[in-house]
Amino acid sequence: MPLIPATTPSRSPVTPESGRAEALLSIRDLRVDFAVEGRSVAAVQGVSLSVLPGRTTALVGESGSGKSVTALSVLRLLPPSARVGGEIRFEGRDLAGLDEASLREVRGGRVGMIFQEPMTSLNPLHTIGRQIGEAVGLHRPGADARARTLELLDLVGIPDPASRLGAFPHQLSGGQRQRVMIAMALANEPALLIADEPTTALDVTIQSQVLGLLRDLQRRLGMAILLISHDLGVVRHMADKVHVMREGRIVEHGPREEIFAAPSHPYTRALLASAPAGRPDPLDEAAGNLVEARGVRVWFPQGKSFFGRPKSFIKAVTDADLTIRRGESLGVVGESGSGKTTLGLALLRLLPSRGEVVFDGQDLSAMRERQVRDLRRNFQIVFQDPYGSLSPRMTVGQIVAEGLDAHRLASGSDRERRIAEILEAVDLDPSAMHRYPHEFSGGQRQRISIARALILRPEFVVLDEPTSALDRTVQFQIVELLRDLRARFGLTYMFITHDLSLVRALCHRVVIMKDGRIVEQGETAAIFARPGQDYTRALLAAALE
Amino acid sequence: MNPITRRRLRAFRANRRAFWSLWIFLFIFLASLGAELIANDRPLLVWYDGGLYAPVQKKYPETAFGGDFETEAVYRDAYVQELIKAKGWMLWPPIRYSYKTINYDLPVPAPAPPSAENWLGTDDQGRDVLARIIYGVRLSVLFGLTLTLGSSFVGVAVGAFQGYYGGLTDLAGQRFMEIWSGMPGLFILIILASMVEPGFWWLLAVTMLFSWMSLVDVVRAEFLRGRNLEYVRAARALGLPDRIIMFRHILPNAMIATVTFLPFIVSGSITTLTSLDFLGFGLPPGSPSLGELLAQGKNNLQAPWLGLSAFAVLGAILSLLVFIGEGVRDAFDPRHNA
Repeated sequence: MPLIPATTPSRSPVTPESGRAEALLSIRDLRVDFAVEGRSVAAVQGVSLSVLPGRTTALVGESGSGKSVTALSVLRLLPPSARVGGEIRFEGRDLAGLDEASLREVRGGRVGMIFQEPMTSLNPLHTIGRQIGEAVGLHRPGADARARTLELLDLVGIPDPASRLGAFPHQLSGGQRQRVMIAMALANEPALLIADEPTTALDVTIQSQVLGLLRDLQRRLGMAILLISHDLGVVRHMADKVHVMREGRIVEHGPREEIFAAPSHPYTRALLASAPAGRPDPLDEAAGNLVEARGVRVWFPQGKSFFGRPKSFIKAVTDADLTIRRGESLGVVGESGSGKTTLGLALLRLLPSRGEVVFDGQDLSAMRERQVRDLRRNFQIVFQDPYGSLSPRMTVGQIVAEGLDAHRLASGSDRERRIAEILEAVDLDPSAMHRYPHEFSGGQRQRISIARALILRPEFVVLDEPTSALDRTVQFQIVELLRDLRARFGLTYMFITHDLSLVRALCHRVVIMKDGRIVEQGETAAIFARPGQDYTRALLAAALE
Repeated sequence: MNPITRRRLRAFRANRRAFWSLWIFLFIFLASLGAELIANDRPLLVWYDGGLYAPVQKKYPETAFGGDFETEAVYRDAYVQELIKAKGWMLWPPIRYSYKTINYDLPVPAPAPPSAENWLGTDDQGRDVLARIIYGVRLSVLFGLTLTLGSSFVGVAVGAFQGYYGGLTDLAGQRFMEIWSGMPGLFILIILASMVEPGFWWLLAVTMLFSWMSLVDVVRAEFLRGRNLEYVRAARALGLPDRIIMFRHILPNAMIATVTFLPFIVSGSITTLTSLDFLGFGLPPGSPSLGELLAQGKNNLQAPWLGLSAFAVLGAILSLLVFIGEGVRDAFDPRHNA
């Protein structure tokens, strides 16, 4: 069965620019409350929106704004603790009134859905052929599932689909997995595709490919898309209509051009101020080298032969050379899997590595673990995930003071004073020390992580994607804080990131990594102006378009 | 108390069956700890000739009460009772038999059926079944708890060590455990028991040889996972020594699995002791033990009160432990919301 003619875009005629056409999906005064430990928490408070056939409506907001809850409530996929009020009409039917059986017809049939995390949305134990075939077979028993699956894989641009049918999800890259998810969602030619952060987990270059694919499919199949995103760059490319959500309410909505050209709500304006301003402070020309790495290599052995020789290696970092001068900020940029985090961990001797790492004239690679441990107060690290990097069982005070205690740097009232000082330095209230991490937001937690690293007064701090798990507006606050702390404490940064706009705002020099190797390094301004490698050019183009 | 602990306590309390099981078990256990005050062949207090005596704590010769012998007074003897009654009184525990007291005044040959004197009858040596059960429960539960504590301590330590260091340490440990667990534990116990006269501590040591492995795998898995957590990596970056990282940062995670297992390990330990006693390779002859009572029930099918009593008590205790275990498991399960 040929795919393209199956859905005729003319089924629901829409005259361009007219909002009067019958809406495919209309949500009116949606309210969702969650029962949490006996209390009721309002997640969505009176949201109304409509999606026209063949058009893209975007729902934009930061984490916790209720946008995903809104999307899930369309297909009634919320957990049982949720109470949903209001009206959701799809193709003229009230979804709230449907029984489970008719609802299943809609789910995956008339409405497809793709989720954010392509790794966990696919079942790791089944081949992708089987998973797509299941989606096909559920709604059309008897159809030739295999032929249809091949057609779908071809449609979403998976090369050589016949050989890919037997592949398991872990054998595909993140971008390919997301394509498979899209293929599953499209299996039954839905009239509406709900895309919940479809590209957030992907690298920038892959992101633009997937977005291009979605646009292309929409044009060919004539389906409507409800796009959920926090990323205004994505929305700018995709949406016809934009709704900005905050704290469960829609604060502003309108056609894309209007929202981007003349945002009326201050929150939208804050979201739109997308690039962190400023450039790094000038560097003292006479500064010497603080960190020197020569030939750093981290290879993880894969499988061993009978005599214990590794059969192959995962080459996470291969022969990396770099130097960081005192007071300098070095950006390390690359896509996921390029080895940038591994390089950072290897420099701090948190991973076993080959090669030479000299810190402040001392050769770390020749030292025993115990000697390194005493030096650790001089080089610290801030991790990416503000939720995973703080022990949930300790108070903020205990977390921040742990380094002080380990190195026996302070005790008694002096210890209290230093905890309070460092919490103030990262703009937290000193009373926070008696509370637990779960009481804080992502941005506040990242401040706690920074405080934990800085209380030891280190000279060198590795920042491993310190802002990538945070909302855009919070990111800028953290970037400002880092800039301020660098000046106050005379820090040297190694800034690991995939976000080139942050590099431009913070880093003197930049290192570009690909497949575990450093492919290019130099002054930030020079690299941005004249990238020497195709890969760098592609990164720049994808990130700063 | 941090909020996680509070939520777990609340979840446990919401599970009525587990909550009541815990209280009943605690009551039985605490009561059995005072077995001497409940079932004894000596009075709790004696008032004799203007003086107060506590025979449970202290031995008094018969001469102290005006008798003839220098040996300890036999308070169940009618002659001694008369002597004391003449110049004072006695306060008896509710059951006037200890686990080793033999009732010589049985109307029928032992084992005697339940009567007003012996509430659950006597065993085939004329000893009161109820008294033996009370003492037997104490011994079994104490054995179970000690064994659990000891083997958890060893198991958690070994699991933590293997999981945290991984690599060769882990490989060697796992291979050793595979070989060690392949040994037929029960037969080794039987062989050892035939060479030495087994006592409480001796039995404990031997059963521990094989029981420490039950927790190693879960703890090891938690540590393998835990050592890659970001806050553990952050602790290493701060320069914390390994033992503090293991103790403060990873062990609390492993404790969930450990605590969940504990009630089940206790019930397993009790079963082990009971089966050894049943086979006759357990505690020395004469000790009050549920297994020995079961064996008597098997040998005296004409006296069903022996087997039934032992079965009911064992069944009750093991069920209580399993109910408690289920409650603990669900309370620690974050998906199981109270």
